[in-house]
Amino acid sequence: MYRLVPSPTARARLGAVAIAALACLAPPAHAGKTLDGIKSRGQLACGVSTGVIGFAAADSQGHWRGLDVDVCRAIAAAVLGDANKVRWVPLSAQQRFTALQSGEVDILSRNTTWSLTRDAALGLHFAGVTYYDGQGFMVAKKSKVSSAKQLKNAEICVQSGTTTEKNMSDYFRAQGIKVKPVVFDKFEPSIKAFFSGRCQAYTTDASALAFIRAKEAPNADDYTVLPEIISKEPLAPAVRRGDDEWFAIVKWTVNALIEAEELGITQARVDGLKASPDPAIQRFLGVGEDLGKSLGLDREWAARAVKAVGNYGEIFNRNVGADSPLKLPRGLNALWNKGGILYAQPLR
Amino acid sequence: MISSRLRQLFGDPLNAMLSLGVLAVALVCLPPLIRWGLVNAVFQPDPAACEAAQGQGACWGVVAEKARFILLGRYPAEALWRPLLAAGLIAGSWLVAAFARLSGGKLAGLLALAPLAALALLGGGFAGLDSVPTELWGGLPLTLLLTTAGMAGALPLGVAVANGRRSQLPVLRGILTGYVELARGIPLVAALFVASFLLPLFFPDGMALDMLWRVLIAIVLFAAAYLSEIIRGGLQAIPPGQLDAAAALGFTPWQAQRHVVLPQVLGAVAPSLANSAIALFKDTSLVTIVSLYELTGSLGLALAGDPQWRPFYLEAWIFLAATYWVGCALLARLSRQLEYAHPRRQGHQTRL
Repeated sequence: MYRLVPSPTARARLGAVAIAALACLAPPAHAGKTLDGIKSRGQLACGVSTGVIGFAAADSQGHWRGLDVDVCRAIAAAVLGDANKVRWVPLSAQQRFTALQSGEVDILSRNTTWSLTRDAALGLHFAGVTYYDGQGFMVAKKSKVSSAKQLKNAEICVQSGTTTEKNMSDYFRAQGIKVKPVVFDKFEPSIKAFFSGRCQAYTTDASALAFIRAKEAPNADDYTVLPEIISKEPLAPAVRRGDDEWFAIVKWTVNALIEAEELGITQARVDGLKASPDPAIQRFLGVGEDLGKSLGLDREWAARAVKAVGNYGEIFNRNVGADSPLKLPRGLNALWNKGGILYAQPLR
Repeated sequence: MISSRLRQLFGDPLNAMLSLGVLAVALVCLPPLIRWGLVNAVFQPDPAACEAAQGQGACWGVVAEKARFILLGRYPAEALWRPLLAAGLIAGSWLVAAFARLSGGKLAGLLALAPLAALALLGGGFAGLDSVPTELWGGLPLTLLLTTAGMAGALPLGVAVANGRRSQLPVLRGILTGYVELARGIPLVAALFVASFLLPLFFPDGMALDMLWRVLIAIVLFAAAYLSEIIRGGLQAIPPGQLDAAAALGFTPWQAQRHVVLPQVLGAVAPSLANSAIALFKDTSLVTIVSLYELTGSLGLALAGDPQWRPFYLEAWIFLAATYWVGCALLARLSRQLEYAHPRRQGHQTRL
């Protein structure tokens, strides 16, 4: 993600080579103040959402589950050796960034869209996409609407304080169509309002639309999701700026979960694969080369992460995919060599 | 007896029409409500049965399944007796205050001590009790704690501010008037946002006061502004001659306040104080936006992400509404006790 800006002068190029060479010779990277704090507390403070099916939710016993949750558990396993050493901090949409900036949480894993302004202006770094989502529309079938372009003068229910609201107004302005947004503060009332006929259409991320139609609609067959996907919603965990070492750890743990799926390393097979002759798998599991050292971690960090929560594919299926109530298709979130756009930077 | 009732209800054409109208509305509304809430309702925490009954019957099973989460929030599972006891202590103090006839001093002591005991119990860190961080507190104990501690903090402050605003010193008067107008001029949500988002930025990393304390301070400052105006109204009703008389009898100014002025004022404004307490009780639900999960917040946490139980929000909300209603009814009853405990001026005492 970070690279030196190519410079036209040879001197600068030489300098870059020298720095790279120095980096190779340098002693293990300093762990950084966030990691020191996590280690001395013995707990990772993870900011999650206050309940989004499949992404983060507490069950009746108070155990947290979901895709965002598993990302934090993987990181806890990598840095602390125990996926359960996480302090869960459920955060409202308004509060999430302040909680990260003020140091209340070490990482924000809270289905947050990665965008330029958030990245550049809010004092945080996004550490790699964990779910590619996009925004869509749902309408009642009897309205005979088959495209978002037919929603002229329609009232559309939408939740406030998210990128959803803005995407919608941008989209319809670009199309030159006037619509009437009906804005709700919370998710639940916005859905109820739509199903009770307050609006002609409902808009939110496509992942949620499929589930809302299947489970919350009085009768799923009365409703249909329109074909248009009007926005890109790359959901990414974020960390605070000013601690590059911690940023690297989060970034590479996310990469490792995806790389594990590419390499075929599953939760069940982690230990068995240590005998594998494949150098990439050996490197990943810390059998030969020690990749953890330059992150300030030990050599088995990635193996522990996968052993705790499985690789990305397993996390996906368990929480939002085939084995979950959501039953979302992999779609964009399949690996790059299987029709999706998930592509891990190489672990070497 | 019965005939007099009948006469009340059907005595003249207008009354008869009104009574018949009410009866008709009840006949239309009640049967479906009873069918939904009782006859077809599912009381077991059985998601399959609930789904089958959806539309025809209520699913009270959602309350049975999620009661722990809704009422006690995210408190560690191995120490649930502590939030239970804490909520019991505060609710018990309201009950005792509402039904036992206590003197003013005892009443105040009881209502102030209960939240302190609850605080110690929830926080732990002594006598073998594990210390539990405030962010894990939630549900009913948190709602009750914010209400009682808020009122217990705001009332003395309100009395002080009300007296300060009647002071001869223009600077003090100006500052206090400014504070009251500022606090009443902003919504509680804004005060909570300032307490939770702005304050930490002025402290060095990790040194900021705990969120719960910041929020509690915001609530106290906010409520005190309203209470001070109520009390100032009460103070203005006391004839200045009474203070002169107290001074003539050798009371110091403090004694005059304590024995002559305050008992009359608090008795007189008790209904307004109860109004504020009830409003605060319900306003505590706003702290959810700064990620403190009191009753409504923990209801959201319990249901929002659970695909099985999420469709039964309505039933859970009805349960919560009933909980709030009981709390408000207790507070209303408590205010009437307060009127007895602080008898008003002689002229009115005959009414007691």
